[in-house]
Amino acid sequence: MSGEALDRARIGEIVAAHQGMEGELLPVLHAVQAAFGHVPQAAVPVLAEGLGLTRAEVHGVVSFYHDFREAPAGRHVLRLCRAEACQAMGGDRLALAAQEWLGLDWHQTSADGAVTLEPVFCLGLCACAPAAQVNGRLVGRLDDEKLAALLGGVRS
Amino acid sequence: MKDFIIPDRDFGTPAAKSKTMVTLTIDGFEVTVPEGTSIMRAAAEIGISVPKLCATDSVDAFGSCRLCLVEIEGRNGTPASCTTPVAAGLQVHTQTDRLKKLRRGVMELYISDHPLDCLTCSANGDCQLQDMAGAVGLREVRYDAVQTHFRPKNTSGEANPLWTPKDDSNPYFTYDPAKCIVCSRCVRACEEVQGTFALTIEGRGFDSRVSFGAKTDTALTSDCVSCGACVQACPTATLQENSVIQIGTPERSVITTCAYCGVGCSFKAEMRGDEVVRMVPWKHGKANRGHSCVKGRFAWGYATHRDRILKPMIREAISDPWREVSWAEAMAFAAGRMKGIQEKYGRQAVGVITSSRCTNEEAYLVQKLARAVFLNNNTDTCARVCHSPTGYGLGQTFGTSAGTQDFDSVEETDVVMVIGANPVNAHPVFASRLTKRLRQGAKLIVIDPRRTEMVQGPHYKAAHHLALTPGTNVAIISAMAHVIVTEGLMDEGFIRERCDGEAFADYAEFISAPHHAPEAVEALTGVPSAQVRAAARLFATGGNGAIYYGLGVTEHSQGSTTVIAIANLAMLTGNIGRPGVGVNPLRGQNNVQGSCDMGSFPHELPGYRHVKHDDVRAVFERVWGVQIDAEPGLRIPNMLDAAVEGSFKGLYCQGEDILQSDPDTKHVAAGLAAMDCVIVHDLFLNETANYAHVFFPGSSFLEKDGTFTNAERRINRVRKVMAPKQGYADWEVTQMFARAMGADWGYTHPSQIMDEIALTTPSFAGVSYDKLDTLGSVQWPCDDAHPEGTPLMHVDGFVRGKGRFIRTEYVATDERTGPRFPLLLTTGRILSHYNVGAQTRRTANVVWHAEDVLEVHPHDAEVRGIRDGDWVRLASRSGETTLRAVLTDRVSPGVVYTTFHHPETQPNVITTDFSDWATNCPEYKVTAVQVSPSNGPSAWQEQYEEQARLARRIVPAAE
Repeated sequence: MSGEALDRARIGEIVAAHQGMEGELLPVLHAVQAAFGHVPQAAVPVLAEGLGLTRAEVHGVVSFYHDFREAPAGRHVLRLCRAEACQAMGGDRLALAAQEWLGLDWHQTSADGAVTLEPVFCLGLCACAPAAQVNGRLVGRLDDEKLAALLGGVRS
Repeated sequence: MKDFIIPDRDFGTPAAKSKTMVTLTIDGFEVTVPEGTSIMRAAAEIGISVPKLCATDSVDAFGSCRLCLVEIEGRNGTPASCTTPVAAGLQVHTQTDRLKKLRRGVMELYISDHPLDCLTCSANGDCQLQDMAGAVGLREVRYDAVQTHFRPKNTSGEANPLWTPKDDSNPYFTYDPAKCIVCSRCVRACEEVQGTFALTIEGRGFDSRVSFGAKTDTALTSDCVSCGACVQACPTATLQENSVIQIGTPERSVITTCAYCGVGCSFKAEMRGDEVVRMVPWKHGKANRGHSCVKGRFAWGYATHRDRILKPMIREAISDPWREVSWAEAMAFAAGRMKGIQEKYGRQAVGVITSSRCTNEEAYLVQKLARAVFLNNNTDTCARVCHSPTGYGLGQTFGTSAGTQDFDSVEETDVVMVIGANPVNAHPVFASRLTKRLRQGAKLIVIDPRRTEMVQGPHYKAAHHLALTPGTNVAIISAMAHVIVTEGLMDEGFIRERCDGEAFADYAEFISAPHHAPEAVEALTGVPSAQVRAAARLFATGGNGAIYYGLGVTEHSQGSTTVIAIANLAMLTGNIGRPGVGVNPLRGQNNVQGSCDMGSFPHELPGYRHVKHDDVRAVFERVWGVQIDAEPGLRIPNMLDAAVEGSFKGLYCQGEDILQSDPDTKHVAAGLAAMDCVIVHDLFLNETANYAHVFFPGSSFLEKDGTFTNAERRINRVRKVMAPKQGYADWEVTQMFARAMGADWGYTHPSQIMDEIALTTPSFAGVSYDKLDTLGSVQWPCDDAHPEGTPLMHVDGFVRGKGRFIRTEYVATDERTGPRFPLLLTTGRILSHYNVGAQTRRTANVVWHAEDVLEVHPHDAEVRGIRDGDWVRLASRSGETTLRAVLTDRVSPGVVYTTFHHPETQPNVITTDFSDWATNCPEYKVTAVQVSPSNGPSAWQEQYEEQARLARRIVPAAE
């Protein structure tokens, strides 16, 4: 009960801080994700009311962008590029290896909350394929060795 | 729009409004269209249909389906014809080898993720995907559907995570994601046509799906208002009417008019045999322009509901059970009693009530029954309790008793003032047209005690909401006029040219007095004076100003004064006589305008002409062959008073439930109980029938021919799509009764009645069924000077000559709060129900609103120990009832609000017998009340339930 009240108040503050801005929904969603680590479903109606939009409109935008997550991520986020260039350079094999090593499927978070594994479609690093991203840091020319180091890092 | 039966050609994109014309060539044919027209529409104008899936002419072009590609000489590529506007001299080709190949490729991709179960699909024969596959010559699909959205399980029997089940939460339509091609037509229809924004496309790419509301919503829990626009826009079976799923496709259609509110939407009744398959809004209907609401679109099931009474019934006394009899016996019994009453108690001891739900022709016959057969003027109608002040107020100031505009006018409005009306709930199709204009930038002023849905909605918000204390309309509107006059914001040219100068001088002096200033009335109205001033300035200076008002204006002790104040305000600001302006009463019932036009009032013959005038009576006396009483007859409240006194004994009441809808239920019940012959003519055993001796079963709007007149004075045809289930249309029943009373009426079709109306009533002189069939509809006055009707009134001058300003002194109602009754009750409506709910309560609309509730401000609730959802006792000086409370800040502290759709609640037990000074329109909108916690139904409710149970017993006729 108090948790929900707290959320509402914080969301209210975020909406208020963006008052009068044109096209404020995306900045507000970024701010919500920054504050909560994700955009909770419960926030959708609150945001809609605060911004004079409908629930459908907010949901349409939130669900369009994969970066707005519905549940909190693990402490580390490992994203492996699954786009064409990376696949051509052996990305498939590395992705499978990472999944097996972590025991996770795409979009899953390890039970201890240490790591979330995500596919990503093009990091813009095609020249250095296969590519990955760890906690926002880009990694190019991924190979078994680099992957092992990354995995070791995120498991800690 | 699915063009299944009558091919209402879909032009693909909306019409352009430009006056500049452009000529181009399409497939070698020259075509000239307004600038801004799409190539797709230009092609359609000359009969060339470019293949399309995401385009339909009710919404703007979107360009997503890539099927409508064309080639243009001298331009690169293959642009989409829906999003490419015409230009002079273009040479367009819609069918080339390159285009054929591209289109087939696109179709192959669509079909690769679509189930090929056409034969068992509910859209079979009515599917644009199917049509387009045929149109582009799709003969093979090269792609193997490995990953799909439509298979619940993959080939190894595992659940398919991309598949989502059907959403059948809405009672009227089903959403089946498996059939969806994500053309976004539904989403765009919800946004552009309806304005609710309840739908979206969730996800992206291959994951894109239509979603009602947020992730956790269903169609029912979302903001969806079930208007049906999305279902109509859907090209496949994704959004489909449940009736089509159950029955199949229709085989014919008939254009008719909705029998719910005063908007008067035109519908295609799509039929199979004599079964209605669906009602689809007709895009050429001039009131609704192809849009609908949940009531007209879906809530017509009452017409075949098992509660409908199909046999005439009589009884000696209201304590007896009903006895089913033949029509002949019922007529003989009723006529015998009425004649007996007139012999014993005199000519004036009987009367009629005409119905605002029946056709013009039926209302005309019922008042004729009083005047030509009973030989008195005891005729009244339910408009008495709703818009009688409109008739009086606008008649006095402008010279006609009707709204000044057509609904199209709202498209040119800059400032809209909505007073005491909640069109979002009560006139939803008009509201959609209004909010569309608001989203385009028009400003809105709302005057209403409650923060209604009109005040704020998706992408619009009222510039000013004047949340006044109930009962202070005159004070607030006069204060606005005061600001306009004293700040010199009036349109002096208009006033000089069009209005009575002497009356204006008198009014200006009156309204300039300091006691009308917003500051002076602030304590009274509860509205901050600065807000009133700002709203007045906006209305006077914001461009085309239009006023729309409802029962929140008329149902007050000063209802007529408020209507006059509104008319004054429009004249002051010059907002009369052109598109985008005007004074527009939003009529409650489908034919309340028509029933008033037809002479239903005791003092007026058809066409609002007083019975005291010899020349007017002479017209009717000649046609009817009788002498008409020159004295006005009794109004409904007078009839009831006279009944209680013992001088009024017989009533023929057609299609109105006065016991539920009229104020002070106990008094109505006492009046009815005192009569010797109450004849109720209705679809159902309504509440009034509990006190009736004769019951004539009525026919629904689907079962008869006739006309309804809507709030814009538009006369629309009602067409019979099925035979009357009880044998006779209502006009035939009235005629049989008149004949049993000795009249020699011999109408064989309602068109003959309309001919008689045209013959006797100048404003209808040019109306005939032939003309209505040719033009679709006409707005009266329709005569030699205006053979095609009159969309805008008072264009070159007021009907009465010069517009007349009239003083509007505020007089507080006698209904006041005090220590025993400290709160003010006001009443209203909800979207899913209509009036007393006799129809909508017998449809699936009850899922949205199962009972009447009392809205209470949290402060008022807290001091009384009332929690959300509690049973409360609502008491006034007149009586008490119980219902559930809902806590909300939509109402101000000190004000409570409820609806009147359910007979169990009987809010009119609470309302008082105060009424409008000029017309006796009851003061429904203000009652001093007290609210307290309660355990259940009041003694009155229990007693009423018991009486109703006994009064409704029926003994079937012996076979």
